Amino acid sequence: MVKFSEAQLAEVKRLVARYPEGKQKSALLPVLHLAQDSFGGWLSSETMDYVAELLQITPIEVYEVATFYSMYNTKPVGKYMFEVCQTGPCMLRGSDDIIAYIEKTLGIKPGETTADGLFTLKTVECLGACGYAPMMQLGKHYREHLTKEKVDAIIDECRKTAGVLN
Amino acid sequence: MSVKLLLAKAHIEGIRGFEVYRREGGYQSVEKALKQMNPESIVEEVKKSGLRGRGGAGFPAGMKWSFIAKPEGVPRHLVCNADESEPGTFKDRYLMEFLPHLLIEGLIVSSFALGSNDTYIYIRGEYAWIVDILEDAINEAKANGFLGKNILGTGFDCEIHVQRGAGAYICGEETALIESLEGKRGNPRIKPPFPAIQGVWQRPTVVNNVETLAAVVPIINMGGEEYAKIGVGKSTGTKLISACGNINKPGVYEIDMTISVEDFIYSDEYCGGIANGKKLKACIPGGSSVPILPANLLLKTAKGETRYMNYESLSDGGFASGSMMGSGGFIVLDEDQCIVRNTLSLARFYRHESCGQCSPCREGTGWMEKILHNIEYGKGKISDIDLLWDIQRKIEGNTICPLGDAAAWPVAAAIRHFRDEFEWHVNNPLEAQEKNYGLAHYADPIHVPVTA
Repeated sequence: MVKFSEAQLAEVKRLVARYPEGKQKSALLPVLHLAQDSFGGWLSSETMDYVAELLQITPIEVYEVATFYSMYNTKPVGKYMFEVCQTGPCMLRGSDDIIAYIEKTLGIKPGETTADGLFTLKTVECLGACGYAPMMQLGKHYREHLTKEKVDAIIDECRKTAGVLN
Repeated sequence: MSVKLLLAKAHIEGIRGFEVYRREGGYQSVEKALKQMNPESIVEEVKKSGLRGRGGAGFPAGMKWSFIAKPEGVPRHLVCNADESEPGTFKDRYLMEFLPHLLIEGLIVSSFALGSNDTYIYIRGEYAWIVDILEDAINEAKANGFLGKNILGTGFDCEIHVQRGAGAYICGEETALIESLEGKRGNPRIKPPFPAIQGVWQRPTVVNNVETLAAVVPIINMGGEEYAKIGVGKSTGTKLISACGNINKPGVYEIDMTISVEDFIYSDEYCGGIANGKKLKACIPGGSSVPILPANLLLKTAKGETRYMNYESLSDGGFASGSMMGSGGFIVLDEDQCIVRNTLSLARFYRHESCGQCSPCREGTGWMEKILHNIEYGKGKISDIDLLWDIQRKIEGNTICPLGDAAAWPVAAAIRHFRDEFEWHVNNPLEAQEKNYGLAHYADPIHVPVTA
């Protein structure tokens, strides 16, 4: 069952307190981020219903938001998601080659996850790192000035971290 | 070296923390504003400074502030637009990452001027680590009496909250941002009512860009009149430019708007020239939405005059032969780049980011991407070029928000200035898969008609 811990519930309370009385729906985006981080990296309908209940709004108000914003995953994703920018400025600096290299190395296309559930490749639109292109977002941080060697190193790093965690 | 008002201290070690920032003269504008000035006089200084919105539209900031409604008993809000998402633009990120206290300082002064006791920073969701940097800065400011209750004993209360978006370019449009801040999809609102009358939670609201609010700090410190002396004409003060693409030194630069485009690209102080010894083919000088210009029209206006990095000069010639300052996202294309492919990439971006509310934008962006895809991959027809022109004309001006225009302009400018490259793609479908059209005549000097 989907349920926040006491600490997470306190965080929800802190978020809701930032808005005027009765405007707790304003906390929806931050609470969805918290839910996605806490419940396996994606938003199941169970998770979305839980968030709706917490914020005392209708489930449809959560669904319509979750499906609008690109950072919310409405399907399961791999443990590590490579979100590679493909917009103009990154393209000028070779992002197409980086995407092709990741496809080849991991054997997946954009939108797919490796069979071991470790990696998902996602192409994204401009992340505001145009001067440090090509780049990808991995979790909370950006990996910039990507080369094939750097991609290899990132994949190794993820595999090692996953090994340590298991 | 040009004047630096925002980034002068960006490289001082520890400037991200309160202690060093304060030691370097930080938060003086808060002391001056809250103790020696009143809200009206602050708005007056910002008006005098000539500061124009740095997010892209360039609307005078002081005038925007003066529109805020002040109904009795209704709270007002300042919202900082940190949803920086315009391709080519990464200046606000730099400012928030390295000088978070400069933004917080500007926010406190601006909140006082507008009467906002709860101020929000709406930051794009992907800048997740910057949320921590900003919250640390807010906590430090609070611990030192610059935020919270009764700031510096003046009776002014102010809290700043950081709100994370979740991936949507459209939320940089101020009414979409407000919808998003209310926990909804980022669908822009029909105006009027303008946010200054009914914004977030139907309360009077001012939405300003990060750089605009940071610029309030030097304006208060030096006075609006002094600030207005920097720059030229209606381009006062300094502007952050994020330079990217095929240049030697991509990065964020602060310019005082008297520098020529040519110097900006080729001098070592800024872009350091085109990478790998290539030649300049084209440039999108103000973020992906503004018209792309071929090298010749970028460096000189149609009248043959030097083009400068400021609002007026970049737009000299209108859309026929000029472009715009926009957000300051300066994207440089070298001779090996393909205009069709670049336009396709941007068209895909706008199709992806259209909120879907207005049919001209929702449908038009999709069709433009499909047609450009066909041309790029050797399946285009000559009539497709006219069709693209027709579609962009039908989007522009026919949508609730400017995303429609932003999607139409890059396609229009690409066809206007590079039509022969599109035609070459259509007429040489196989060759176009192997090689690019190259520099062609795009850097040749422009013929300037001489009038007797």
